[in-house]
Amino acid sequence: MSATLYIPNDTSACSVGADAVAAAIEAALGRTGIDARIVRNGSRGAYALEPLVEIDAGATRIGYARLTPARAAELFARGLPDRTAPECVGTVEALPFLKDQRRLTFARAGRIDPLDLDAYRAARGFEGLTRARAMSSAQIVDEIRRSGLRGRGGAAFPAAVKWQTVLDASAPLKYVVCNADEGDSGTFADRLLLEADPFQLIEGMLIAALATGAQSGYVYLRSEYPRAREVFERALAIAHRAGVLGRDALGAGQPFDIELRLGAGAYVCGEETSLLESIEGRRPLVRAKPPVPAIHGLFGAPTLINNVLTLAAATTILAEGGVAYAALGVGRSRGTMPFQLAGNIAHGGIVELPFGATLRTLVESFGGGSLSKRPLRAVQVGGPLGAYLPPSEWDLPLDYEAFAARGAMLGHGGVVAFDDTTNFAEQAEFAMRFCAHESCGKCTPCRIGSVRGAEVIARIRAGDAPAANIALLEDLCETMELGSLCALGGLTPMPVRSILRHFPGDFSPGDFSREDFTRGASVASGLPSVDRTKAPR
Amino acid sequence: MSEAPHDTDRTHIVAHVLATTPPSFDRLLPALLEIQRSVGFVPPQSIAAIADHFNLSRADVHGVVSFYDDLRTTPPGRHIVQICQAEACQALGCRELTTHAEQRLGIALGDGDANVTLVGGYCFGNCACGPTVRIGDTVHGRVTPHAFDVLIDALPQSE
Repeated sequence: MSATLYIPNDTSACSVGADAVAAAIEAALGRTGIDARIVRNGSRGAYALEPLVEIDAGATRIGYARLTPARAAELFARGLPDRTAPECVGTVEALPFLKDQRRLTFARAGRIDPLDLDAYRAARGFEGLTRARAMSSAQIVDEIRRSGLRGRGGAAFPAAVKWQTVLDASAPLKYVVCNADEGDSGTFADRLLLEADPFQLIEGMLIAALATGAQSGYVYLRSEYPRAREVFERALAIAHRAGVLGRDALGAGQPFDIELRLGAGAYVCGEETSLLESIEGRRPLVRAKPPVPAIHGLFGAPTLINNVLTLAAATTILAEGGVAYAALGVGRSRGTMPFQLAGNIAHGGIVELPFGATLRTLVESFGGGSLSKRPLRAVQVGGPLGAYLPPSEWDLPLDYEAFAARGAMLGHGGVVAFDDTTNFAEQAEFAMRFCAHESCGKCTPCRIGSVRGAEVIARIRAGDAPAANIALLEDLCETMELGSLCALGGLTPMPVRSILRHFPGDFSPGDFSREDFTRGASVASGLPSVDRTKAPR
Repeated sequence: MSEAPHDTDRTHIVAHVLATTPPSFDRLLPALLEIQRSVGFVPPQSIAAIADHFNLSRADVHGVVSFYDDLRTTPPGRHIVQICQAEACQALGCRELTTHAEQRLGIALGDGDANVTLVGGYCFGNCACGPTVRIGDTVHGRVTPHAFDVLIDALPQSE
């Protein structure tokens, strides 16, 4: 009987040597003459273990973690290694990091060859689509409504409202657009899904097309994910050859096709209207809403635009039923969310959980604390536009509303950990500089506010009239929040304000009274104490 | 990357890309990316031909070209080395890595020479394995200053 080995091949596993490990194992096994099949399996997203090689052991798989090519060559020199090897982590599925998750969207990731359509089917792929084909459009949308699914890209808008709006719009042509350009730092779930389970996105888009009456689809992928592009391009070609896409993709002679479009390094294109402008070939300035894309979207047609994870979740919802999906979660946050642990964290990676667990569970139980072994000082949740939260806030439940009530957001589910060597005033200044760099320039609060924001923070950090400048910064944050056209300018104040609130001392250059900062911080928290007529410059 | 083509070749390449691209202007960005892939950058003197092909003004095309960080109008070095500057990599020391890279290469971030163009990037989705460096289309993780030097030493030099 031949053995089966699983060696990951997603961006992160390969970034730490998985391809070289695969080559070393293949060469070593070739010399022993052992008959082994090597499957490149995407990744399970337990990134602290990568490169993680797994050997099939019937119902389970035995893992060998953090292999180097040299160690892999040694381990496989006399055939398959046994469990006494120091790299052996035992049964992979039994590792707490994986066992304690509730994987729905990422159930297949790391278990199959991402481009093996038969393996996808065998692992319950297309169950959702098969059910959707037997339903009317309205019934599919109802299923999504019952699930309580909200947009996983960050805004958490109820998915069924968008789907219903596009379904109700009468037009000769409608589109489904997948936003695969939400490039928040600390998030990689979209990328992993595209690389480890690309057919799931295709299935999700087909379900969305059946639900809305769309004939054509686009995936807009950020250029920073070259491997995701390669995998998804191949997945599209395979789906075409198999008739999953093409002339009869929706059944009854109804065609559906997906075109992959690449971005070119603009963060703002993750904003849905900017993304549509980019596909249309214009300078991608954010559009004013209304009209919403569901009514007037791509090329002026009704367009369903959803994030990768939202469309992927539709496959689970249709397969299991909206009620079953909604049975998970808390409050108005239903189902599961693939959280992403990143930055200075011991066990980084994908952690898919029902909403409602605490942030502390995520950071401490799954994440295992810092990678540097120093105390963690804060985590930033929800990408560059999310709040920095110190350990005193970590008992917050992972729930959209609970986070919003604390001036924070779950966003795309990214959690970036920082240890006690971090100066958070520097992070606040970076937040403004990033916004200045990425602003599309259409609205003034974002275009100019971000530049002024970075300048004001630099002045505060230099000790230049800190209390008055903090008051000025607070005013500026309010202007950006209320006056910006989209979430880039509107949410950039969120990290800044969270730092003013939780880490006011970090703004001190160290050579003047700490009292000034305390006063400034009290302004930031809404208490009047500074004469604003004295605001400098 | 292959050796940079010369002016007349560039004109031919642009003409070839345009000839195989439908003139519908939603094909503009894919065409620009294809031109950059083949030429190494978007030659400023080709803007007029591109505008003509899509029935756009040169200002329209310039507006698109100048918007995106990825699109260049000058030839890059032989290797494009990107260091992620985003938060998850900051938490793992990308600022220090960038300073090291600037010293090692003798180039400031955003600059370059004939061999290497050193630029920042904002997130390659490798946030649990940072700091991250992308060279061409290959992403490298857990890049220490020493590992960075090894990567740079392995790059073929331009003659």
